[in-house]
Amino acid sequence: MKFIEFKDVTKTYSNGITACADVSVAINKGEFVFVIGLTASGKSTFVKMLYREEKPTKGTVMVGGVNVGALKNRKVFKFRRKVGVVFQDFKLLPQLTAYENVAYALECVGMKDKDIRPKVLNALERVGLKDKVRSFPDELSGGEQQRVCIARAIVNSPKLLICDEPTGNLDPKTSKEIMEVISSINKDLGTTVIMATHDREIVDRMKKRVLVINNGMLVGDYEKGSYKSSESN
Amino acid sequence: MKAIRIFGRSIRDAFKSVIRNFSLSMASILCVTITLIIMSVAIIVACNIKEATKTIEDEMHIVVYMKGEATDEDKDNLEAEIKNTKNVREIEYVSKESQKQAMEEYDELFKTLLDYLDVNPLLSSFIVYVDKIEDMSKTADSLKGLPNVETVKYGEQTVEEVVNVFDVVEKVTIGIVIAMLLVTIFLIGNTIKLTIFSRRSEIEIMRLVGASNTAIKLPFIFEGLIIGIIGSIIPVCITIYGYVILNNAMNGHIFTELLKLIKPYNFVFYVSGVLVIIGALVGMLSSGHSVRRYLKI
Repeated sequence: MKFIEFKDVTKTYSNGITACADVSVAINKGEFVFVIGLTASGKSTFVKMLYREEKPTKGTVMVGGVNVGALKNRKVFKFRRKVGVVFQDFKLLPQLTAYENVAYALECVGMKDKDIRPKVLNALERVGLKDKVRSFPDELSGGEQQRVCIARAIVNSPKLLICDEPTGNLDPKTSKEIMEVISSINKDLGTTVIMATHDREIVDRMKKRVLVINNGMLVGDYEKGSYKSSESN
Repeated sequence: MKAIRIFGRSIRDAFKSVIRNFSLSMASILCVTITLIIMSVAIIVACNIKEATKTIEDEMHIVVYMKGEATDEDKDNLEAEIKNTKNVREIEYVSKESQKQAMEEYDELFKTLLDYLDVNPLLSSFIVYVDKIEDMSKTADSLKGLPNVETVKYGEQTVEEVVNVFDVVEKVTIGIVIAMLLVTIFLIGNTIKLTIFSRRSEIEIMRLVGASNTAIKLPFIFEGLIIGIIGSIIPVCITIYGYVILNNAMNGHIFTELLKLIKPYNFVFYVSGVLVIIGALVGMLSSGHSVRRYLKI
């Protein structure tokens, strides 16, 4: 069953750079997909179009039956509640504690406090941060901040988890731990995961479906485990 | 229910943010405080000038001298006619006897002089107060035409000069108050804009995790309100205590008895109210306005 579908998607920025050229691809529910490519290859744009940070110039992006590109700006927030996003730079609110950061995603929906609490604690436990709920982001290490970001992304039980280079700022050991957390979310909760990265080691180890983007074009689509970084170079 | 919860959380988040962003909040609060103190001085000075000109204008009057041979009946008729004249607000009768008494009390020399005469040489008069000081000379002219009127006196030249000067003074003070208000709005608005600029990434994050524009804007608006109100505390204290102390020190008037200061009570509360309203409104509006810029609408 197709959960995400790109149909002839082209994205040209106002400065004339085409970051995505005529891309068509379908992703099924529950899949774990890596999007890889060099810096400035267009993988970030690809991922950003999934959560409507960027709009396609041509073509359609369908996510869970929603035509994302056609969403009006003031309707975007409702769509964002259905997807979880993990960022390279964590994007945590600096004045809020770990607990408050995760809870914010539910508070702004208008959920009751007594419903929020168990969900937040549950999400923080899943990422292994239960004992740091009261810490502010600047009191946490990079890996811990990324865990808070993941907890915030999954607290609303989204069907789709988008990760834009989540390990880009982390050392290899921490990256491995973060990948274990994300992979367990995919396995245990059945969440579809799309992850942009340029960390070859992770891609080789995880043996998942891989989309290779170069110069804005989809140059490779490797089925589960068939991708080897050494071969493509 | 949802809306109420989001509303309640916005107020809570606003307080949280004021406390956790202490240095930024402090900058905005200080800016509100300083501009409102200046605003307060401007308002107090303007109101006092307005009040003083009004008192002086109220005390200007026309004196209508009645002919010496007029009877009591004539006096009643004249009184009625003056009352019917346009622009007359109030009249007061001064008989020649009371006039004489007043003069005798004023100076011994008058007493000896007046005692020397057998008959009272003075004339009875009406003191006429007018509604519109600008039309005083016109009113005086029409009073001159009434029967049994000997002469009509008022400070012709002075009245016109006073009217002109007061007109200019009033316009200048209103101009200063408006200018101060604009400066206040600009300074407070700009400071708040800067603090929100430094927090624009927060707004972006809120958008990314699915907060609606209203849910993002509300806490910032309440924050502006809180900053405006906290910032007006010191100006309000200075207004109330400062004006009362000034009033007592000056015995309620400046330079001469003629320039009375406005009585402090109630007046200081009105001024304080205006200050709090300016602080709160400017805080809220400029916060809301600045956040809008970082929301994609």
